[in-house]
Amino acid sequence: MKILVAVKRVVDYNVKVRPKSDGSDVDLANVKMSINPFCEIAVEEAVRLAEKGLATEVVAVSVGPKQAQEQLRTALALGADRAVLVETDESLEPLAIAKCLKAVCDAESPDIILMGKQAIDGDNNQTGQMLSALLDCSQATFASELTLDGGKAVVIREVDGGLQTLELSLPAIVTSDLRLNEPRYASLPNIMKAKRKSLDVKTPDDLGVSIAPRVTLLGVELPAERQAGIKVDDVAMLVDKLKNEAKVIS
Amino acid sequence: MSMIVNRRDLDFVLYETLGLDEILNSEHYADYDRESLDAMLDLCQTIAEDQFLSCASKLDANEPQFVDGKVETIPELKEAIAAYQEAGLCASAYDADVGGLQLPWMADQALNGMFVCANNPAHIYLFLTQGVANMLNACGSDELKSKYLPNLVDGKWFGTMCLSEPQAGSSLADIRTKAEPKPDGSYALTGTKMWISGGEQDITENIVHMVLAKIPGSPPGVKGISLFLVPKNRVNDDGTIGEYNNIALAGLNHKMGCRGATNCLLNFGESGESIGYLVGEPNQGLANMFHMMNEARISVGMSAVMSALGGYLYSLDYARNRPQGRPLVNRNPEDPQIMISEHADIKRMLMTQKAFIEGAQTLMYYCAELIDTKKLSTDLEANQRRDLLLDLLTPICKSWPSEFCLEANKLAIQILGGYGYTREYPVERLYRDNRLNHIHEGTWGIQGIDILGRKVRMQNGAAVKILREEMQATIDSAAGHAGLSSFCDQLNEYLVLIEDTISVVEQAEDPSLALANATIFLDAMGHLVIAWMWLKQAVAAVNGKQKGNAADDAFYDGKVAAMQFFFRYELPKIKPNLRLVADLDSTCYDLTAEQFLGV
Repeated sequence: MKILVAVKRVVDYNVKVRPKSDGSDVDLANVKMSINPFCEIAVEEAVRLAEKGLATEVVAVSVGPKQAQEQLRTALALGADRAVLVETDESLEPLAIAKCLKAVCDAESPDIILMGKQAIDGDNNQTGQMLSALLDCSQATFASELTLDGGKAVVIREVDGGLQTLELSLPAIVTSDLRLNEPRYASLPNIMKAKRKSLDVKTPDDLGVSIAPRVTLLGVELPAERQAGIKVDDVAMLVDKLKNEAKVIS
Repeated sequence: MSMIVNRRDLDFVLYETLGLDEILNSEHYADYDRESLDAMLDLCQTIAEDQFLSCASKLDANEPQFVDGKVETIPELKEAIAAYQEAGLCASAYDADVGGLQLPWMADQALNGMFVCANNPAHIYLFLTQGVANMLNACGSDELKSKYLPNLVDGKWFGTMCLSEPQAGSSLADIRTKAEPKPDGSYALTGTKMWISGGEQDITENIVHMVLAKIPGSPPGVKGISLFLVPKNRVNDDGTIGEYNNIALAGLNHKMGCRGATNCLLNFGESGESIGYLVGEPNQGLANMFHMMNEARISVGMSAVMSALGGYLYSLDYARNRPQGRPLVNRNPEDPQIMISEHADIKRMLMTQKAFIEGAQTLMYYCAELIDTKKLSTDLEANQRRDLLLDLLTPICKSWPSEFCLEANKLAIQILGGYGYTREYPVERLYRDNRLNHIHEGTWGIQGIDILGRKVRMQNGAAVKILREEMQATIDSAAGHAGLSSFCDQLNEYLVLIEDTISVVEQAEDPSLALANATIFLDAMGHLVIAWMWLKQAVAAVNGKQKGNAADDAFYDGKVAAMQFFFRYELPKIKPNLRLVADLDSTCYDLTAEQFLGV
């Protein structure tokens, strides 16, 4: 069984992001970049399946700039067998990423595609679902447990009302939620081993995919600063203000 | 922003100011390149932040407890150390032939520096183990090495250094621990050792003590000291843990800082035999112990730099986000307050920290580079130069950061004001942790006597001549940068002052009076060396800026400003101090003990 696991290079979760001074985008100059935490969980799950003997090969894929090789090397150090980078400096929307991943899936024919449920940069939560539509295969999002059972995948999903269990025929897409597992750290020896693993670089053109943006970013700004509050004299005044100033009750 | 490292600055020191890339190009380190080291730094930063920084405050508040003759530490400490071990970090600096990862020392210092900054006491166990393994590897018999070294390299067992005794601290000549030879070639040790960091703990299944002791009949004083390996639990021939070796924990010291690292009073051979094994030749114990002293003392300096870096990063972040007060020229209360980083005096305190920390950090990596290049070189003459320079710089590496980076910690507390004085914020803990560094591995005063009594004089002042040549090389590299020329002149001027002071001291008739102000000389010479390190950085910054990446302008401008600060605000301070040394001023020397109180 082959597993394809997608990893995205994003600004590290510890970094406090700021808008650029001209408000055109988020400022990423000299900022620490890492694997998207949900993708890291997906990598861990794939490696665990391989360690249990349930998967024969784990291929890590990223779509992004040349530097995304660093995140692929991290995935390799965590235990993926080889990597593919679809290299582009374009700003990427979920659909463009899904199309690139589809092209890679067409070439690789994985049985399971593991992804993060969303990336912490755009917080879109769309790529897995779009890829499922493009591949016309089954999907289970927000997975908190994944088991493989004779050619089928059983996934427990975290939904608003509790937990939902799905059985999926393969190939299938599974997107990870936070509680799927606790990812391990890489180790120094495995970082060195990762250097010797294969990392294939392609471009969207090689794959015949158009990644032209469909959305225009108009501006990025900080939320308005909260104004100081006031003390009300009594409940009547509070109700009055809620009714007539805030207009949250009628 | 990270509270344990400024990666931009680390890159600048390792690759722009110094030459880690050249070291990586050597055959010995062929496995490594900048990309793989970056990935290792990323990993270490993550583990240090997640596992070490996260429990630093709890470890400080819950120091190890003495329970029924054993030590109990908090579980988070064991988890953090397990994460470090599992990442393969224990083996990072050893060569591959002893099972290590064979990283350059510069790189190893960079990886470990983040752990020191995140949680200094937790790292003390690991740092000591590395020192013990290196000493065993250098001086031990093949039999001892095969039995003990692999588990030390893997971090399965930890190590300690047992030098001091209650009555013999800096004066090792007066130790009393005795090692009686046994018929099988081993020794039975009896005696009490004091200030033993990591002497007892509940993290590893065994502890390997390196103990200084005297064999009966050996010469008096330091010439009769031998080095022994004494395990906490004996080790069977098949490598399994055997009987308890009767090393009793007599008590834990309750320290000001670095509280998470146990510090022990140990009794050897009190309730039964404590069996030890001779390491190296009899009566060569001190020489064998000092085999690793250069590296150990540089590591102490690094620890001082890292504790200060933690305070600097925290206080900088605080200053940039703490609104307080308004500009002197606009006190309108209707206008918003400004961040305290806008106030001139806060800027002065931030700049002082930056100048001390980044200057000292460069010196630590400069020495690490000397150690790495020496290892790679077969040129005997060049290596003798490196050895001499290292010998000269080691007391400065050990004591300058212990003094001035501690001062940086003081300023970090000042910037946070009342908050900084509370235990809710980490800056007071970092200050307390750092205060240790002036005391262990040879006190401040010992370092002063070492540099003025021995290091500047050895081989007719050869080391100072090499220092002059190396400084001149930096001055030459600054040629063509007009903005730096006045600083080059000043560096030369102060070097002459140091040289003149040394020659006066050398000609002094009374050797005790000559060394009476040695500590003052040590600090002054440290200032000269740090000024040199700043000139090196300024040259690299000017070169870097010429490459024209606008995103880096603020970084490089900050470097040049810090160099200027150090030359203008700090370096001139050494003149009056050097005057005292050169005058053989006897104000302190002449005092009698009665004159302090009149009785």
